[in-house]
Amino acid sequence: MKFIKNFFERTEPLVQKGAKYHWLNSVHDGFFTFLYTPKTTSKTGTHIHDYIDLKRTMSIVVLSVVPALLFGMYNVGVQHFKAIGELASTGFFDIFLFGLIKVLPIVIVSYGVGLGIEFVFAQLRGHEIQEGFLVSGMLIPLIMPVNTPLWMIAVATAFAVVLGKEVFGGTGMNIWNPALVARAFLFFAYPAQMSGDSVWIALKDTDKVVDGFSGATPMADAAAGHLNYSVADAFFGFIPGSIGETSTLAILIGAVLLIITGIGSWKIMVSTIAGGAVMGLILNAFAGSAGLSPEVATYFSMPFWHHLILGGFMFGAIFMATDPVSASQTEKGKWIYGFLIGILAIIIRVINPAFPEGMMLAILLMNTFAPLIDHYVVAGHVKRRTKRAKVSA
Amino acid sequence: MSEVVKLRKGLNIKLKGSAEKALDKLPVPATVALKPTDFPGLTPKLSVKVDAEVKAGDALFYDKYHPEIKFTAPLGGKVVSINRGERRKILEVVIATDENVGSAEFKKADPSSLSAEEVKEQILKSGIWPFIKKRPYGIIANPEEKPKAIYISTFDTAPLAPDYNFVLDGQLDTFQTGVNALAQLTEGKVNLGVSKDSAFTSLKNVVVNTFEGPHPAGNVGIQIANTSPINKGEVVWTISVQDVLFIGRLFETGNVDFTKTVALTGSEVQAPKYYQTTVGAPIANLVGGKLVDADYNQRIISGNVLTGTKVSSKSFLGFYDSQISVIPEGDEYEFLGWADPGFNKFSATKAYFGKLFPKKEYTMNANIHGGERAFVLSNQYEKLVPMDILPVFLLKAILVNDIDKMENFGIYEVIEEDFALCEYACTSKIEVQKILREGINTMIKELG
Repeated sequence: MKFIKNFFERTEPLVQKGAKYHWLNSVHDGFFTFLYTPKTTSKTGTHIHDYIDLKRTMSIVVLSVVPALLFGMYNVGVQHFKAIGELASTGFFDIFLFGLIKVLPIVIVSYGVGLGIEFVFAQLRGHEIQEGFLVSGMLIPLIMPVNTPLWMIAVATAFAVVLGKEVFGGTGMNIWNPALVARAFLFFAYPAQMSGDSVWIALKDTDKVVDGFSGATPMADAAAGHLNYSVADAFFGFIPGSIGETSTLAILIGAVLLIITGIGSWKIMVSTIAGGAVMGLILNAFAGSAGLSPEVATYFSMPFWHHLILGGFMFGAIFMATDPVSASQTEKGKWIYGFLIGILAIIIRVINPAFPEGMMLAILLMNTFAPLIDHYVVAGHVKRRTKRAKVSA
Repeated sequence: MSEVVKLRKGLNIKLKGSAEKALDKLPVPATVALKPTDFPGLTPKLSVKVDAEVKAGDALFYDKYHPEIKFTAPLGGKVVSINRGERRKILEVVIATDENVGSAEFKKADPSSLSAEEVKEQILKSGIWPFIKKRPYGIIANPEEKPKAIYISTFDTAPLAPDYNFVLDGQLDTFQTGVNALAQLTEGKVNLGVSKDSAFTSLKNVVVNTFEGPHPAGNVGIQIANTSPINKGEVVWTISVQDVLFIGRLFETGNVDFTKTVALTGSEVQAPKYYQTTVGAPIANLVGGKLVDADYNQRIISGNVLTGTKVSSKSFLGFYDSQISVIPEGDEYEFLGWADPGFNKFSATKAYFGKLFPKKEYTMNANIHGGERAFVLSNQYEKLVPMDILPVFLLKAILVNDIDKMENFGIYEVIEEDFALCEYACTSKIEVQKILREGINTMIKELG
């Protein structure tokens, strides 16, 4: 392995300012620091530093998403073979392989486009390549319907990285969760391709769909007044949906890793889920009221906890709402922020007929309001401190 | 009015190389030095020239804006060199010691029988005053101000810190004399912060508060914040344990005696233990021949690994320091460091397996283990600062130079050492202590 280090050390002078390959500086640095933790030692302040850095943090988040990714691949296969009626006759490995072939290109496009733009921006700004996109690049494929064309993924990723993040100053400065910006972009720019019942199942035109298979997500069904899904399928994830969002179980495995390592805020996770549950209960309470159409009344009466295992709710609560940059920064603020995400997601989901799923919009909306929440939490803190000053004076 | 304060926030960092409870007396050093750079914000004016003979307690330089604050020779001898840096900034005033020269004479008296003015004058003249610092800002106390109280922390929770119960063994009477002198300087009380099972609880003329919890529970700033926090316009003075002894000796003997005990610690020290030497002693005297492998790239720190100053073996012990820490420099690349499971890596987070198998002691080097980034994670600092303060918001207020906000977020209550753990644990490798000192300098410049 020494020759790699030697190569990077030898080429380092060539990419310095004014040298021949100066425009490769950030890329050189990016790859070098990826392979080797730098030898920089502390110049001011503390002499010892924690081993944690942003690369470690982000790689743990990526690791925690892996169960959802692997299950997502498998489920893409499951849904495909179910649609053509060959599920029972296809082996586990073939099912997974089908999903892998479908999903891997999406992951590659997302990372390729996103990191490419990151490299360019890092070089233009003359700073190091930041690790934020390692996570966004993994989350973007997981919240896409499997039939999204690759060029759309590329455009959405470019939009998210440039307008969702870099215009604000890069990792740590963005207002909204970049991955959700990508999803929202597609949702509003290509509504025809992004909705309906066909985007969720990977099928070619030549594939023959068995009679009675709709391909609609349980959310779309529920909005139409049919609750036809099994709770077990919804929990384990054998339902149509975006690639990584279907399996509550796989997501919860990731949640455990995030909570144990302390990298994801359990306060946001808990409060989001609590918000969703509370709103579900409120809807239940109003399910019998007069004036509701039968479809809406059915949706209102859906057991509140079903909301948590359907659609993107759990994925959003665990991986999206907890993005430390776009979430609330104060501890009290996190409770409020998460709770409102839960409430809003269910309101949008059930009451607004235009949007079958509310999680994306709820999180983006609360991302927008997170600074306001923090502002009031901090104002309260300052008020308490000044009061203390007056008491003792 | 004794209180027991239990602090939960914070972190103990267990490093290899804590000092064994054994004391060696070092011979009188051939040279000693005072470094004006040890005093943040000081503009020094020299009172001596090269070749001048000085007794212990004779002024070497003084504060340009407070000429009554003098900095005096720790030992008698001859000024051999005044080393200057860029723009003729004075870095060191070096004295070749001479045992025949002795100490300047001061009044020998029970401080309780003297007036406050007499006590103050004697401490100023002897050069012990600079050991008294003030909060806000952590700079040398202004003799004209009236502090609401004086705080002394009698234990240190920083990594490998000396145990003052051991250091002060047999000197508690002198300490009491020092405390009596300090009591004259404030209309309030002298407050002692003690740990459980402390020898200091027997002292009189003081308020004793007990603090339990991880580092930074031993920091005087944390102790003030949890008993009587500093508000705008209030001043508290602080002094550390061994410096109270200097005051005690001054009044008991009428001479200055800057003898102090220094803990030589760290993973690179052969047999870490305590050494008796003096303020301004050369580092070479303390570490010479005592390191594991002198050729290996080491970092010698005057002070502890969180707040100390990097020094060369040709330099001198920092004015306020009671500890030398020696750790590996660690200027080496680490292959895929971020992917290491990290069974030997101590971390404030739980992102490395080291947390599952807590070893007793760790070796840590001076590598920063990553690249500097913007603030990304939240609630990392808050868990390490046991005060009613939002560290990140204070630091951001400093970065945008907003004085109102700095005030509101509590800049009067903190100095670098109180936020040092944040800098240690920071994922984004932000230079917290440097930012905080810049903010404090802004406050001093704008508000005086």
